[in-house]
Amino acid sequence: MELTGAQALIKSLEHEGVDTIFGLPGGAILPVYDPILDSPIRHILVRHEQGAGHMAEGYALASGRAGVAMVTSGPGATNIVTPIANAHMDSTPLVVVTGQVATASIGSDAFQECDITGITMGITKHNFLVQSAHDIPRAVAAAFHLATTGRPGPVLIDLPKDVAQSTMQWWYPSSVEELDLPGYQPASSIDGDALDRAVALIAASERPVLYVGGGTLKSRASAQLRAFVDRVRIPVVTTLMARGALPDSHEMNLGMPGMHGVYAAVTAMQKCDLLIALGARFDDRVTGQISSFAAGAKVIHVDVDPAEFHKVRRADVALQCDVATALGALDAAGAEPANLDVWWKEIRNWQERYPLVYDDPRPEGPLRPQHVIEAIAAKAPPGTIVAAGVGQHQMWASQHWRFEEPGTWINSGGAGTMGFGVPAAIGAKVAQPGRTVWCIDGDGCFQMTAQELTTARAEGIPIKVAILNNAYLGMVRQWQEMFYEERYSEVYLDADLPDYVKWAEAMGCVGLRARTLEEMHDVIERANEIDDVPVVIDFRTDASEKVFPMVASGASNDDIMVHPRQRSAAS
Amino acid sequence: MTAPEPYAGVTTHTPVRHHILSVLVENKAGVLARIAGLFARRGFNIYSLAVAPAEGHARFSRVTIVVDAESAPLEQIVGQLNKLVNVVDIKDLAPRDALERELLLATLPVDDGNRAAVLEVVANAAASIVDVNATSLSVVLAGTPHACDLLERALEGFSDVELQRTGRVALPRLTQTESL
Repeated sequence: MELTGAQALIKSLEHEGVDTIFGLPGGAILPVYDPILDSPIRHILVRHEQGAGHMAEGYALASGRAGVAMVTSGPGATNIVTPIANAHMDSTPLVVVTGQVATASIGSDAFQECDITGITMGITKHNFLVQSAHDIPRAVAAAFHLATTGRPGPVLIDLPKDVAQSTMQWWYPSSVEELDLPGYQPASSIDGDALDRAVALIAASERPVLYVGGGTLKSRASAQLRAFVDRVRIPVVTTLMARGALPDSHEMNLGMPGMHGVYAAVTAMQKCDLLIALGARFDDRVTGQISSFAAGAKVIHVDVDPAEFHKVRRADVALQCDVATALGALDAAGAEPANLDVWWKEIRNWQERYPLVYDDPRPEGPLRPQHVIEAIAAKAPPGTIVAAGVGQHQMWASQHWRFEEPGTWINSGGAGTMGFGVPAAIGAKVAQPGRTVWCIDGDGCFQMTAQELTTARAEGIPIKVAILNNAYLGMVRQWQEMFYEERYSEVYLDADLPDYVKWAEAMGCVGLRARTLEEMHDVIERANEIDDVPVVIDFRTDASEKVFPMVASGASNDDIMVHPRQRSAAS
Repeated sequence: MTAPEPYAGVTTHTPVRHHILSVLVENKAGVLARIAGLFARRGFNIYSLAVAPAEGHARFSRVTIVVDAESAPLEQIVGQLNKLVNVVDIKDLAPRDALERELLLATLPVDDGNRAAVLEVVANAAASIVDVNATSLSVVLAGTPHACDLLERALEGFSDVELQRTGRVALPRLTQTESL
């Protein structure tokens, strides 16, 4: 069967089971858009290429499959660089197809030419510049293989226009060997000796902590984690990337560690004698000052990527495998700590003394952002997916929403990409149309990517967006208040400009606003009644609210600042 | 006139804790950029780098990289390098276990005043004269990096020397020292 390169690309995507492409056409990718008309694949036409990338990420995080985005050359390609970098930091499986100028024009500064494989070298797991139509199936199959195996990540395929227009005899690789990846061996096996040493460390431990990271979700190890924890009763912390890996309602789950972590989670890590890191990479937002982080702890580090071992913290035992495999092996080896009653008593004391708190809501407003999140959560059906942007609202969402299932928390962790929330929520809703999807957003973030709500309305993707509108770039404001002597520099945004209700309506969405407690409950109820169009709610929140607990940047986790109310109570 | 005294200080051309990575890569466009980019963005230092097609394969090239193991832990450099999809194999050679060779080329002006001294330096280094005209000559040395260091140092005493080194290539020694 003779196909054009463009047809071969679409057919290859079909072959990989792709059901949705997020994209926006342009000159160099034009040939590929023609066969899309004849394909069962759904194409979602975004309003900005960054939206396509974040939607594909949201899709991937909610479905566990690779997200696919397609854009044109030059500015189309550079506009999707941020989502690629974001996916690279968070190990999200992504396949991005970019158009490229014709091979004969490459290097000539042709119209809409840019060296996107060069630009994305450092932020992709791998990328390909396809040189002939015959190679398209192999490039697509290799891209999906690379994106979804080992440590997942983004892979980019750059497709010159003439390659898309030329013809090939259809074929498709039938085995990994045909992918021509001699340097890629993601398969991992457990080193029995290391396993024995891990079991011995666990047996000798009196104050262990399971430091559960995003790799736990990536390897779909939630059920195994739960079974393991139920058996060994080791306290668990779930990082920002792992919220939902163990239900928040589970009695062994202490919650999120790190800069804005729960006091008991942060302090348990600091005081533990054994840290069992499961698919976690000792990010600076978790460790704080590295020299004083969990200073008395031995470390067992489980990661599918051996380059993570000893990168930040030297591990006493390194197990190179995915989390599911490691938990299975530890279970089979009967890993079990000593009696942890004393340790648990200490932890329960921290939990009782320093729970997450915030000031009481006032009926007349402004609203407490934490209270808004809890009020939305209280009325959300089980399995609701929450996406967030980056900043205070993200931390409050992670702290105050109770995550009970994997794949229900979608956020930008490593890269901290403002504007991630709205498009990621759209992608998640496309992957899980039967579920309610809330985007908890900030007013600063919302303004970066809100135009994708037009996409959501046009494509019939009814997400709900809660803007916690405090009229500021809130996290920056918080740092300026706390560390720059309240000198507020370039952080004021104005709660009324833009008018978020009108803006929502202009994009075909329902726009609502709440200033008082009564209005807050009303609009949440109304939002929950709407399931055919996107809803945007402008919640007017208190600008002086700060995220606590907090560990100052570069400070030791021992110097965690709890909520002011708890400080006065303690003294 | 005798050859000037060699520079008395220690000029080492190699970092104190250097390692040789013999990296087998796919012979594909951009592979060198991927390696160089990785070193740059992770803050690893490359001391020297040599690339050539590997053992009769059109598909693979061998990149010999001398890395500064002070700039980052060696295991981190190897770990990150291994993640490049086009990197097929990495051999990490401690200097004592490596057979290392390097090529040095130099051209310098000669006249009756310094010819004898130049020839003495060339002879002592076991280098060869490979090109000559009325006013200049070119020498070549293929030798250990240390031998090239010594020759380079000796040539520093002459003026207007144009000198180029290739960076080293390396293979494992057939007799490895016992690791302690």
